[in-house]
Amino acid sequence: MTAKASRAAFGEALVELGARDERIVTVDADLSKSTMTAKFAKTHPDRAFNVGIAESNMIGIGAGLALAGKIPFVCSFACFVVGRFETIRISVAYTNANVKIVGTHAGIAIGEDGYSQMGLEDIACIRALPNIPIIQPADELETRQVVAYAVEHQGPLYLRLTRQNLEPVCPPDYRFRLGHWLVLRPGQDVTLIGSGGPLANCLTAARMLEADGISAEVIDAATIKPLDEDLLLRSAGKTGHVITVEDHGISGGLGGAVAELLSEVLPTPLRRLGVQGFGESGEAKGLYAKHGLDPAGIAKSVTKFLSR
Amino acid sequence: MTASGRDEVRLEAIARACRVQIIRMLAHAGSGHPGGSLSVIDILTSLFFARIRHDPRRPDWPDRDRLILSKGHCVPALYAVMAKAGYFPEERLITLRKLGSPLQGHPDRTALPGIEAATGSLGQGLSIALGMALGLKLGGSTARVYCVLGDGEIQEGQVWEAAMEAPKLGQPRHPLDNLTVILDYNKIQLDDFVTKVLDLEPVVAKWQSFGWAVLEIDGHDLGQIAKALDQAGATRGGPTFVVAHTVKGKGVSFMENDPEWHGKAPKTAEAIRAIREILGVSEAAWEDYLATDPATRALVDELRSLEKK
Repeated sequence: MTAKASRAAFGEALVELGARDERIVTVDADLSKSTMTAKFAKTHPDRAFNVGIAESNMIGIGAGLALAGKIPFVCSFACFVVGRFETIRISVAYTNANVKIVGTHAGIAIGEDGYSQMGLEDIACIRALPNIPIIQPADELETRQVVAYAVEHQGPLYLRLTRQNLEPVCPPDYRFRLGHWLVLRPGQDVTLIGSGGPLANCLTAARMLEADGISAEVIDAATIKPLDEDLLLRSAGKTGHVITVEDHGISGGLGGAVAELLSEVLPTPLRRLGVQGFGESGEAKGLYAKHGLDPAGIAKSVTKFLSR
Repeated sequence: MTASGRDEVRLEAIARACRVQIIRMLAHAGSGHPGGSLSVIDILTSLFFARIRHDPRRPDWPDRDRLILSKGHCVPALYAVMAKAGYFPEERLITLRKLGSPLQGHPDRTALPGIEAATGSLGQGLSIALGMALGLKLGGSTARVYCVLGDGEIQEGQVWEAAMEAPKLGQPRHPLDNLTVILDYNKIQLDDFVTKVLDLEPVVAKWQSFGWAVLEIDGHDLGQIAKALDQAGATRGGPTFVVAHTVKGKGVSFMENDPEWHGKAPKTAEAIRAIREILGVSEAAWEDYLATDPATRALVDELRSLEKK
């Protein structure tokens, strides 16, 4: 497989799944060309609804469709859909409606459009709701499996997708399971837990560190909620050093979730890499370098962390 | 008496009994929203006992008609009609707002079968109703969806997103003519009169301009409610919006048209007086009335015992 954006893999998977399952419908808010549900709308026009630039209404309509037996995917940029948090909170979460909330354009990697279009707090917000799993696939293969899983999953779910292309990281025989992480590369000295966009950079960083004699374990945390507690504790117990790497604000994301668990169950030295402050316009690579999410930045953080 | 006249007498009796239960529930809970519960009860009674196809023994029947009470704070009125219809025993009404009760202060779908959606965060119910009506149409069901909005509630922006979308959604194959929306226009919101906080007028013209069929009725006239629901049910090609003019606190003189009674529970003496007024008994005749009506006597004793707690 070649590099592909998870939003693109999502759009393709949905077309295929939609052909097999009449219950699947999409609801968009004038961003279907960007969320990639436009393909679904073309193939299944009777089951695709574009409600205009009205995300709250989109989410509510999704809840109603779910309560009438449909499997709706409500889709927008992560910041816009989760920005309607109160509607998600009551109409979807508390109602326990079987809505698949899809937030694309996760993180600073969208680059030039700047902060107002970047999903940087979405994980923190959704994590606060008791019944919505959060899934962030890291490549095309994983995305396809995650979308198929979302259809099967009973209850609300949040799917976080990228605008930018993602290099393949998962092995061909990989099978996604909710709440189960994958060790992409075993190691002894430090655990690198990545998710979505920067995960491939973790693998590159691990290869760079190997040259310096540091053995890094790299984990794909596709499920951000619930955490794979067993794998996390096992790996943390083995390496004694954990670094989380995510394209999300530093508060309340994957790093926050890992910190909460480790501090209560297995206090372990931890570093959280993520986005500090607001994002800004710029080239994605430059932004990753600025926030230390590029391979060199991740490797540098590891070296510094281990040499304390 | 005509058949429709007889039906109105039947519904009036149910509505009166439900008003009594609303007062009873709130007195037990010590908090809640009497004003809007009393303004909406004639509408809910008409829906539950003369309109919607439902089976209280099968609240998950796929082809049931759905009611979404978007103004979720007035759920005591919904609990009262649900109990009367047989969704749960009437004795359970007094557990409203108590720890462990499925009768949450605002509707909780997961706690009480028959509640179609969580509401109470105002402005969300109409969007859910749109999706439900669309989903039912897509699935080939003939079920209808009813959504009751509060007047202050439609100050929320999401309502207008849904208002703009509804006449267009599902067109041309699945228009939402299975959706009837009723505005409980009691003219009062929490802080003050609606006109003083943020006037809705011209409300009929607004919804018409958004493409809705709009009807305007007296929301306490059971004949007018029935006629409007008939007309909405017969309308093809799009949803209907019914502006129901109501009186906040209807049926209890000291609660009527007083913003103070938006969200305050009656104390024992107030509750007993309210029940007496709802039953249409004068103060002078009250003791004699209680002597002939053991059920009301027991209710009064029950409320008096709350004072001692």
